[in-house]
Amino acid sequence: MLQPLLFVVVVAVAGLMAFRSFRRIYQNIHLGKPEVITGDVAIRRKNVLLVAFGQKKMFKQWLPAVLHLCIYVAFVITQIELVEIFIDGFTGNHRIFAPYLGGFYTFVISFIEVLSVLAFVATITFLARRNLLKIPRFTKSELDGWPRLDANLILFGEIILITGIFCMNGADVVLQKIRPDHYPDTGFLAISGWLGPVLFGGLSEGTLVAVERFGWWLHLLTVLAFLNYLPYSKHLHIMLAFPNVYFSRLKPRGEMDNMPVIMNEVKSMMGLVEESENATEGGEMSEFGAKDVFDLSWKTVMDAYTCTECGRCTEACPANITGKKLSPRKIMMDIRDRAEEIGQHIEVNHTPFINPEKGGDVLTVENYADGKSLFDYISREEIHACTTCNACVEACPVMINPVVPILELRRYEILTEAAGPQEWVPMFTSVENSGAVWQMPVARDAWTQEA
Amino acid sequence: MQIPVLAELVSEGKSPEILFWVGCAGSFDNRAQKVTRAFCKILHEAGISYAILGNEENCTGDAARRAGNEFVFQMAALQNIQVLEGYGIQKIVTACPHCFNTLKNDYPALGGNYEVLHHTQLIQQLFLQGRLKLKEGGPFKGKRITYHDSCYLGRVNGVYEIPRAILAELDADLVEMKRSKSNGLCCGAGGAQMFKEDEPGDKRINMERTEEALSTHAHVIAANCPFCITMLQDGIKSKEKQDDILVKDLAELVAERL
Ligand code: SF4
Ligand code: SF4
Repeated sequence: MLQPLLFVVVVAVAGLMAFRSFRRIYQNIHLGKPEVITGDVAIRRKNVLLVAFGQKKMFKQWLPAVLHLCIYVAFVITQIELVEIFIDGFTGNHRIFAPYLGGFYTFVISFIEVLSVLAFVATITFLARRNLLKIPRFTKSELDGWPRLDANLILFGEIILITGIFCMNGADVVLQKIRPDHYPDTGFLAISGWLGPVLFGGLSEGTLVAVERFGWWLHLLTVLAFLNYLPYSKHLHIMLAFPNVYFSRLKPRGEMDNMPVIMNEVKSMMGLVEESENATEGGEMSEFGAKDVFDLSWKTVMDAYTCTECGRCTEACPANITGKKLSPRKIMMDIRDRAEEIGQHIEVNHTPFINPEKGGDVLTVENYADGKSLFDYISREEIHACTTCNACVEACPVMINPVVPILELRRYEILTEAAGPQEWVPMFTSVENSGAVWQMPVARDAWTQEA
Repeated sequence: MQIPVLAELVSEGKSPEILFWVGCAGSFDNRAQKVTRAFCKILHEAGISYAILGNEENCTGDAARRAGNEFVFQMAALQNIQVLEGYGIQKIVTACPHCFNTLKNDYPALGGNYEVLHHTQLIQQLFLQGRLKLKEGGPFKGKRITYHDSCYLGRVNGVYEIPRAILAELDADLVEMKRSKSNGLCCGAGGAQMFKEDEPGDKRINMERTEEALSTHAHVIAANCPFCITMLQDGIKSKEKQDDILVKDLAELVAERL
């Protein structure tokens, strides 16, 4: 009786805590501007199937792809066992599915065990790749501190999870021989079938029961801890990868988002529209582009929360390759960090950050002003270095687009602050005044004379 | 070679099948002008009815937009769209992937909808239709050629195979660089980088790409973008390898064999 009670309490507390964290993430994503995501639903579904479920873009590098696939498939299939753990936990039963499913049960659990072993191998390899081999994308400075610890912690968590599974199944197999009434026959399990007797054979019944329960609780608690850890970790991608791929841009890569306010302004200057058509819109609009999370689309903020910090974008970035400060991964991490910062302030209603001009008693998205912006995270040097080559977009396994925020920050700098690289000014002037990127003394068709 | 100008054709009551959008580089840059002329030669040989806008053409505004100056971009773009509308233009070809991308992908949201081709796409069509006949031999037959994917034709617009198909027509011995197709390395000019110095770093992007091209030991780097050509040419000059390797647009390679 005690165990189901304990189980209910633990699951309820962990569930509630996780719910609050996930709500916070949802709210932080919606610090971004509303944007209606359009485009063919069929293509979106196909992307989710191929890119999120099928891991298609991972297979540009086969070794990490195969290893990642092992952990991913093991994770997904283990959920079946987790369902049983939950039912057993609530009802106080033991392996409730075993007697009903028979041979199929043996197959499923054996499958999970084999995948767990593969996941174990992958985990050890990943730990080595991250910590022993000098792989450039894992040694960049933006990973210093929490991101690097986070990546390692989760790999240790994976090892604990696998330990739990094999304690549980290994002791169980031995117990089945001793107390068949309470430990239903699971059939011969692929790994525990022989590993169990090797490790635990000859132990007393009491010890075996303790080991089995230890494994069971270890597995459950690790899963619950993981659930609560996710919102603070790059591993949030195991959830967000799916919606993020679904909502990813279907527009042509080369298309920059239009700015209708400026378009209408220019049209009225050119006499293409009636003055009045324009007057209502944008009359007092003075800020263009993005200086903070509020100015980015919610989709870009979701991109930032989905980032796995894998660094494939940075590895492909020509600016980064040639030693410049720009790292598209860092851009995404900065956007997330800034969103977290704002979200926390709003959550605790930190009233000194209320913009006195806007007023109010409660700190909200509308009156938020902490005197900082994304430019406190991202330097000008970084955004100026981008060649818009889209190598980062191509490389990202979860369809993140770092070019969109980079260009929005540029727009803010140029249009709102009238700042930006001085060397660009002559180009702007030429385009505006002489219709060419260079100031040219000759006519545009002068070349035809020599043709 | 007489280059047909749209305004003149229209005044004679003719309307060409396709507009050749020359672009700023193709009009003013000495090196790119050679590509422009080579492409005109191809159009003449194939008997395509085309015209240029001449002085009615304006910068597309790509660099201004990517630098963040939407205002200047909109002015350039809306002006161009007005001109194109005025002539009822439907089909455009250009030898610059930046013009190609902007006309194709940026202009529709401003009301400019056209069928836009990059010159390599048109050249390949002409080959397929049998409208281009190559002479035997030529200076590059059997020579090692490497191909540099421009970002704006390649990764941005997904055109990787057509330029390679043209190289196959030329019987060149194509050697790929370490980073090619969707993994191609930028020349360093896009996103308005052409108009300023690189940000501080270990080296300039065009040097990295030049070194990669040189390591193929090719005799020619084939390119499809005037800015890539400038960048690679600069890289080769600073490596003092002008005598070992040439940078050529695909249109030039084709024109030399007509
Ligand atoms: S688009 Fe910009 S950030 Fe992305 S890879 Fe190219 S240079 Fe780097
Ligand atoms: S943006 Fe994409 S490629 Fe870059 S680190 Fe994040 S997940 Fe990896």
